[in-house]
Order: sequence, then C-alpha cells, then structure tokens
Amino acid sequence: MDEDRSAVGSVVGAVSPATASEAKAADTEAAAITRSQRHASALWIAVVPTIFLAVFFGWPLVTMLRRGLAWSAFSSVLGDSGIRSVMWFTAWQAVVSTFATVVLGVWPAYVLARYRFTGRRALSALLAVPFVLPTVVVGLAFLALLPDSWRRSVPAILVAHVWMNVAVIVRTVGSFVSQLDPGLEDAAATLGASRWKTLRHVVLPLTKGAILGSVAIVFLFCFTSFGIVRILGGPAHPTLEVEIWRRTTQSLDLSTAAALSVIQLVLIVGALSIWTWRQRRAASGPVAMRTRTAFRTASSRTESLAVAVTAVVAAAFVLVPVGRLVAQSMQSSRPGNPLAAWQAIVHSDLGASLWASARVAAGAVLVATAMGALASIAIAGNPRAGALLDAGLMLPLGTSAVTIGFGLLITFDHPPIDLRGSWVMLPLGHALVATPFVVRAVLPTLRGIDPDLRHAASTLGARPWQVWRNVDLPVLRRALIVGAGFAAAISLGEFGASSFLARSGTETVPLAIARLLGRPSKLNLAEASALATVLMVVIVAILLILDRQPGGIGQSDVHRRRARPARVARTEVSR
Amino acid sequence: MKRRTPLVLAATVVLAACGSSTSRSTGSATTTAVAVTTPGSTLAGSSAPSVAAGSVTLKLLSYDAYVLPDSVKQFTAATGIGVEFVKAGADAGTLVNSAILTAGKPQGDVLFGIDNTLLSRGVTSKGLFIPYRSKESANLDQTATALVPGHEVTPIDTSDVCVNIDTSYFTAKGLTPPATFDDLVKPEYKGMLVVENPGTSSTGLAFMLATVAKYGPDGFAAYWKQLRGNGVVAVDSWDDAYFNEFSQGGSGGKLPIVVSYATSPPYPLVTGDEPRPTVPTTANLPDTCFRQIEFAGILDGSKHVAEDQQLVDFLAGRPYQESLPLSNFVYPIRADATVPDVFTKYATLSPKPWSVSPGDIAKNRDAWIETWTKTVLR
Amino acid sequence: MTLRAIGITVRFDQRLILDDVDLSVDDGEIVALLGPSGSGKSTLLRVIAGLLRSESGTIRWDEQDLTALPPHRRQIGLVFQDEQLFPHLDVAGNIGFGLRMARVPRRRIAERTDELLHLVQLEGFGHRSIHELSGGEAKRVALARALAPSPRVLLLDEPLTGLDRELHDQLVVELAAILRSVGTTAVHVTHDVDEAKSMADTVLTMGDLRRDRPSA
Repeated sequence: MDEDRSAVGSVVGAVSPATASEAKAADTEAAAITRSQRHASALWIAVVPTIFLAVFFGWPLVTMLRRGLAWSAFSSVLGDSGIRSVMWFTAWQAVVSTFATVVLGVWPAYVLARYRFTGRRALSALLAVPFVLPTVVVGLAFLALLPDSWRRSVPAILVAHVWMNVAVIVRTVGSFVSQLDPGLEDAAATLGASRWKTLRHVVLPLTKGAILGSVAIVFLFCFTSFGIVRILGGPAHPTLEVEIWRRTTQSLDLSTAAALSVIQLVLIVGALSIWTWRQRRAASGPVAMRTRTAFRTASSRTESLAVAVTAVVAAAFVLVPVGRLVAQSMQSSRPGNPLAAWQAIVHSDLGASLWASARVAAGAVLVATAMGALASIAIAGNPRAGALLDAGLMLPLGTSAVTIGFGLLITFDHPPIDLRGSWVMLPLGHALVATPFVVRAVLPTLRGIDPDLRHAASTLGARPWQVWRNVDLPVLRRALIVGAGFAAAISLGEFGASSFLARSGTETVPLAIARLLGRPSKLNLAEASALATVLMVVIVAILLILDRQPGGIGQSDVHRRRARPARVARTEVSR
Repeated sequence: MKRRTPLVLAATVVLAACGSSTSRSTGSATTTAVAVTTPGSTLAGSSAPSVAAGSVTLKLLSYDAYVLPDSVKQFTAATGIGVEFVKAGADAGTLVNSAILTAGKPQGDVLFGIDNTLLSRGVTSKGLFIPYRSKESANLDQTATALVPGHEVTPIDTSDVCVNIDTSYFTAKGLTPPATFDDLVKPEYKGMLVVENPGTSSTGLAFMLATVAKYGPDGFAAYWKQLRGNGVVAVDSWDDAYFNEFSQGGSGGKLPIVVSYATSPPYPLVTGDEPRPTVPTTANLPDTCFRQIEFAGILDGSKHVAEDQQLVDFLAGRPYQESLPLSNFVYPIRADATVPDVFTKYATLSPKPWSVSPGDIAKNRDAWIETWTKTVLR
Repeated sequence: MTLRAIGITVRFDQRLILDDVDLSVDDGEIVALLGPSGSGKSTLLRVIAGLLRSESGTIRWDEQDLTALPPHRRQIGLVFQDEQLFPHLDVAGNIGFGLRMARVPRRRIAERTDELLHLVQLEGFGHRSIHELSGGEAKRVALARALAPSPRVLLLDEPLTGLDRELHDQLVVELAAILRSVGTTAVHVTHDVDEAKSMADTVLTMGDLRRDRPSA
C-alpha cells in the first residue's frame, strides 16, 4: 500500500464491491472452486467478536429494555403526535444530513486522493479533528460563527452534521479512489470525455460501493445525534436519542424510553438492511486497482483552479470553527494574560485527563482492533453469516448512549462480571462504538488478500495459525493501523456513553471539558477551549504519525504484478 | 472484579494491565482514594495522609460537577476511612435515576447530590437508601430536615436558582435592571432573557417551579405565554444558556438576563490564578429564586454502613460545611458554619425564596413540564 | 516411490470438472499435463496439493494415503501461475519461508537460500524487495521458494504463462535444466505443447487421464 493512505481511511464498504479481490479478473476456475470450499473454515473465528457483542452490547441492551418494556407503552408512544414528530424529524434530518455530507464530501475526497498539493496530508489529518471534539465544544464554535437567523435552527444542525461527518466520506472514499487505476480516467479522456464527464460517468459509478460503505456510518451518527441537536437545534427539535435520554435520566419514564429504544432499533435495523441490500446491488464487478496512489496533475487552468478552490474551501471549512476555539482559549478575562487558561490547565487538569484519555483510548484501541480484526476475518470468510455480524457490530452506533451506559451499569453488577465503578467500563463502551470502524478499515484489505497467497504458505508447510501469523497479519498490518487510528479518534472524543458510567478517578478530556463548562466563568470557558485544542492537536499528531508508518503493505501489493503499469502521460506514480 | 469468566478475561486483562500503572502514579492503592484529582482545586495526590493498610475506603457517588473538598482529608485523618469520589452522572437527574436503577447493588456507598426536586423519587424508591439520623441533625436547617421525616437522606447544602443579570450591560445602556418575575415580561426587557428547558435541565426545572410557586399551578402557563411573547429564548442546558447566550458567558452571547444560580456572580472572583477580577459583572435577582437543597444518603447494599454513617456525619459537620462555598459554590446547611465574605457580599441567598413541596413536585412535574413545553416550544 | 491420484472427481456448481481421473508419477519423473483452459488441470494440481477436497478419489504417496492430510503436512510444493510471492518479505524471506515453517536453524536457512539463489541464477538478490523484480526474476524466486523445503513432488501450475515469447523460451530451457539438476519429481501443467515436450519425460493430456475414455 502506498504511503499516502491516511490512518483514518480505508473505510470502504463492508460488503464492499470492487475491492481488489474482484480486481482479480483473471481468476482461474480452480481458484474459485478452492475458495468456495474455504467458507466454513473461518466461522469459528466469529465466535469471539459475537460473544463480545452479545456480552457487552446485547446483554446490557436487553437487561435495560426489560426494565421498562411494556406493550402498552408502544401504543401510547405511537399515538403521541409529539413523539411521532420527533421520529419523523430524527429520520429526515439524518437522511438530509447524510445526503448533504455525501454530496459535499465526494469531490474533496477525490481531490485529496488524486491531486498532489502542498499541505495535502495535513489537510487530510485535519479533517479528522471534528471526530474528537466533544459536541458541546462544537456547539460553542458554531453558535459563535453562524448567522443570528440560524441560531437554534435545523439548518445549523445540518451544517454541523456535515462538518463532523465529511471526514468519514473524504477519508473512506478517498482511500478507495486513490487505489482506482487512473488509467481508466485516461482511457475515458482519449474517448473524448471531458474531466467532468469522466468523473460523472467513470469515477462516480465505480466509487458507488465505497460511498455506500461509509454512508451507513454517517447515517447512524446523524440518526443518533445528541449534543449537536440539543445545542444547535435548541429544545424545539429533539431527536429520538434526546427523547430516550430525557425519559431515562430526567423523568425516569423507563417504559417510554424502552419503547422509544425499540423503535429506534427497528428503524436502524431497517435502514441497515436496505443498506446491505443496496451494497450488494452496487457491486459493480472487477475494477482495475492500483498498488500505489497515482496522482494527477491538473491538465487545464480550470482544473488547477478547481483543485485549489476545493483545498482552500475544505481547509477553511474545518479551520474556521477550530480557529474560533483556539481564539476562545486565549480569552480568559485575565487582563494582559491571554495564556491564563493554558497556564491553568497545565497546572490542574491537563496532565491527569490526558493520561486518563490515553489510558482509556489505549484500552479501547486494543479491544476494538482485536475484535474488529477477528470480526473481519469471519465476515470475509462467510459472506452470509458475515453480513449479519457486520450489521450487528454497527448496532451500537445506532443505539442510544444512555441505554448502553445504564445497561452496562445494571448488567455487570455482580460476579462473575462485577465492573461497578471500574474504569474498565469506559474502554469497553468505547470499543463497542469503535469496532465497526476497524471492520471498515480491515475488511477491504482482507478481502483483497488472494487466497492463493495463503495456499502458497500452506504448501510450504505452514500450519493454519502460521499462515495467519506469517501472511495475513503482516499484510493486514497497515489496515490495522488505520483501524486503530479510527478507534483512537473515537475513544478520545467519546462523551455520551462515558458520562453515564460511574467512574472513579478517570476523567477523560471530553469529561473534563464538560465539567469545566459547569461553572460560570470566562476562565472556565477558555480552559475548556484550551483542552479541546489539545485534543485536536493530539489527534492530528497521532494521525500524522500513523500516516508516516513505513512501507505499508496492503491488498493492492498482493496483486501488484497483475495491475497494469499505468504510467500514462499526465499520471505520475508516487514512489 | 475478582472472578471473571474467561471470555471477559480476554478483554479485561489488557485493560487491567493498563490500570495497574494508575495507582502507581497517585501513590498506594489506599491513598488513591483521597487523591482523586479534585477539579478546580489542587490535586492532593501523594501528600494525602496515608491510611492504615486494610482500612475501608468509601465510594462517594455524586454528579460530575461535584468537587471533593480538601476538608475530606480531615475525615480520613481522624477516622482512617478513605473517601473516593465516583462520578456517576452528568447531572443530578442522571445520578439519582442511575442509583434507582442499580438499587440494591449500588455503584458506591454514599450518594450525594439528590435535591428537593428529586427527593420524593429517591425517598419513595424502595431499597435505595438506608435511613440514618445524623448526629448532626439538630444543627442543620430545620426546614430542610423536615423534608425527610424518615431520615432516608440528610440535607447537606443549599443554594438558589435565580435570574442573573449582566450588570455592565444595564449600566452601559442606562437601563434599570429588572427585579421581579413581572418585570421580565415588560417590553423594555424584550428578547433579553434566556432560560433552560425544564425537561432537560435541573436549573430550568427549578426556575419553572419558581414560577409555579409564584403564579400557581394554573397561572404559570399564562406567565410563560407572556414571556414567550416577550422573546424568551429557551435552550436545553445551563452551560448552553450561560456560555452561548448570556452576554457575560464569554463566548459572544448577546442576552443580558439568564437563569443561573445565586452563587454564580462571585465565582469568577475566586477561581483561577491571580490577578482575578475583584468586582462581579453579574448579579442575582433575589425575588426570582427557587430554593434548592441537596442531600446525602447511605445506599442500600453498601457493605460499610457504620463507616457510611460516620461519613454522613462528617458531611453535615462544620469542617466540611465550611469548605463547601469555595469548592462547590453552595451554602452550608448549618447555621453555625461561617461563610466567606465574597458570598455574603455577592451571592446572598434570597430572603424569600420560592418553593414547592417535594411531594407536589413528584406528583406534577411531568404534567407541568408538558404544559411548559406546549406553551414555550410549540 | 510413486505419487498416485486415483479416481478423482470434482464437481463445482453442478458441473463435473474432474470425472474419475487417475494420474501416476514415478520417482524423479517429470510429467507434463496438457489441456485447454477449463479442462481441470489446475484443479487436479490443487487436489493433489490438498488445497481442494475432491468429491471422491484418493491421493497416495506409495503406501501412504495423503487424502485426509492438510496441505502443510503433504510435503508437496506448488508453483503458482501468478507466483504468489509474499509482498511483505524480501527475496530471501520468500525463499526461506518453508524452512522457517519447519523450524530449520537460521544458519542452515541462509545456506540453503544462497544455494537456491545460485541455482536460479539470482545471486545477490536476497535482500531485494519483490516489488523490484522483473517478471522473469519473480518466476525464478517462486521456483526457488517451492524447491527450498525439498518437497516430495513439485507441482507447477502454468508457471511460464504470461511472459513474452523470448523470455518464455529462455525460461523453459532454464526450468528444465533446474528440475533435472535437482532430480525432483514434478507435474507441470501447461497448454503449450512445445513447452510440454521440452520439459517433460512424459507428456499427458487431460483426456489421457479419464479412466473410461482412454486416450483419443
């Protein structure tokens, strides 16, 4: 794989079509027969992630729902016009947000993947920043920037959703595009297609699968939006997530909360099934994939201008709210000392909460990476059962944080698993959310490994575990790092589930930010902004370091010699 | 934590491995308890008095914003009992509801932070608290102790939710600031007030209850209708109201009137490094206050009831009570506790606070919130 | 010592790929197996290597029944048409792979690797990345890798397909010489008659292997 694969990248679809395995056009029949016999073999590996999901998600969820579930609640919930409008609003804002994110994200994704320009990598890492920012901080930045008429309005929600999720599209779709053979585009050009037509009729259709893969994640994020909706939309526009939280933590109306949770789950499962089905249909067959990123140089002035404008707009889009926060960290109302807040956090909160965040993130990354890797192996080996596991692992993303959080509390309160007050709850909760990202990152690469590569090892005397250790693992190393980067970003920024768990001594940075914003002082606001700035710097640093990991190896290398050397004019191949 | 199934082992071994190094950073395992970084105050890590091996460490559950005052060290020094602060919810509602859900198998030993708006829910919830009549009971505010005749919980502190104003704004405009509920619906204050949603914010709930107390259960909706007509802005949480909308929040908010706490004005004067501001830029309006009382109780299922009782007595005792104002920005519940000057000067409690009995709150809260929502949001 | 495949039948998607096929290869014999695409040559190799289970039939090495053995315990080498070199290992790492799996001491692996690099005329290539190899060099590394653990039988699945004519012809000569110098038993699958003739002691077509339909 190329050095330009970003760490938070490669989240190509779960049932992603057009990955390298299909690029293997000249698949021999013998190889196909061999593959058809391999399916059952990986099924047992699914046991571990399935148990993880069942124990730490399914069980708490069921325990929590059983506390409140009453059939009568459904009729009263569905009969309540207020709740019906909440359901309607939740669904449509998620669809519109997702749609807007995709529409606005695809072009920058293409530009970042295809054109080389100064600051490209930095921009790529920067785009992950919204992932680690607690929503309360995002709300602060946006409210200060948006026009007055947009305060507490639906458009404000949509803008923030796009801001937070465009990175998912840019990084996932971008990593796919970067491996798409630019020869295809050159071919279209020789056939008389303009750049625009090439994008419209060649690149976009080929990328459809990758786009769909990330759409599910964006949709789930927007569907279960909590902080953004509360702050930017104001109290008049709650989502189901907000209502479930309110019924559970404020009014202790568990039966309504349970009914709403079930409804939310049903809607999510419905959406995921459509998604799985669409993904299958989007499978477009073999695509010529390249081993390394192939950059274009703009061929016309219009093209260069378009690239430059895109880069600048994307950078500004991310940086303006970020800049606002940094500026905020210097406004502490301490005359003559703009760094008062920074001194304050260095003296008190910074070290401890960074350490807590690092610890939790390390735990979450380990668990999520292990579970994601095992799940990916199982999913890749068993198309049908695998799709089920894949969708199942997505469910925590679509389940309300309070349900998961309280569920964990009331489930693991006695031996053999008594986690009361234990900080271990945090990484476990985070890992539930991060695992599907790891799957997204690992699966395409895993699917891209030619089974014959493993066969070659076994004919050389490698036992099955040796094949895994000596072939799969090294080849997956890069993708695992990518997944780990995602998991780190998720964990560092997670606030929802964390805030519902009983925690002693563990105050992660997002929790420290929330606590600082619990007291009426400009200094506290500046300190919170400073902590948020630190969080952003940390994630950008992590991603830049991960991006620099030497000699990544990935699916494409495996097929290197098959890919034709598309060293066509106007296409230069990076190292 | 001692016995686990092998399945969980896989996931937790790694975590446990990471965890072990934490206690090292804060001294021995027993002192970790007192050494929990207390937000806002200095961290007391290794300087905490060491506790005899084998002694008990109690887990004190509270909401995230609670600050464990340094005075707790005196308790540990005197009794040998450690105290560990366990954060158990972003707000009091979450704290109490999660305690009710985990009743019988609590996350800790003593819960602090249930207030009079949640009191009935907690006290009537079966098997949540073990009643205990504190030795300090006689020294506590009797209107507060009267709220819990069964001694399920013990009152610890009090404060008011009041309308706060940006004094500099009114000075600059040469405008007389509002003083009463009735003032807030006057046209000269149109579009100046931000309040919190009582459905999602305990501050908002307290303020709504104040209007219920003032205008009656049947009249408060009409008052809110007027407020709405006068351009009241409602947001979901206190921090949202204060930092995003209030003109003294520091983030460019434009509204000079906010629902906050009686103790909010002096907060910036006592926090952070020198030089600090010396005069508040905000003030509370004593005619608009709802009295909040916070209680502590021993959780049923605690294994250390005798020690829990000692802790509750300590929380109600003078050293802790006197450390409350500058750590948690609340007033002591003991009349004999001294309060810092900055409080008496800038954070005076209302002489005539509004109140609604916990029983009435429990009975009507959902209906009142529903009325409020219909009147203000729809 | 003889490798025997007896009565091998493979069905895929209801279609008979191999129908009751027999193959016998004597010790040191090089058999070339000819047949058009889709005639099941590669499938037969995979059954012999243990990568694919047949519906019926047995694989024997003398008296030993290999049918139930997994590929890593058969000691049968396979050279893939597309080499399948490990992308994360250099040339020496690829060649030494089988010996490492067998836990051969490191020094011995280095010696053996050098031997094989010499045999395939790639001295000094040990630390090259496999991405830097030309088509012909990659083929030689694949051959050396398969020979390194000294398999009982070497299977070659169209190893010279996809090369340009000149290189192809040159490698045919080299490959034949290498196989003879090593003295290995080999089954070489190809669709190129000339290649088959110049490599093998015995040339068979897939049709020859059908029990019920003796050679046409």
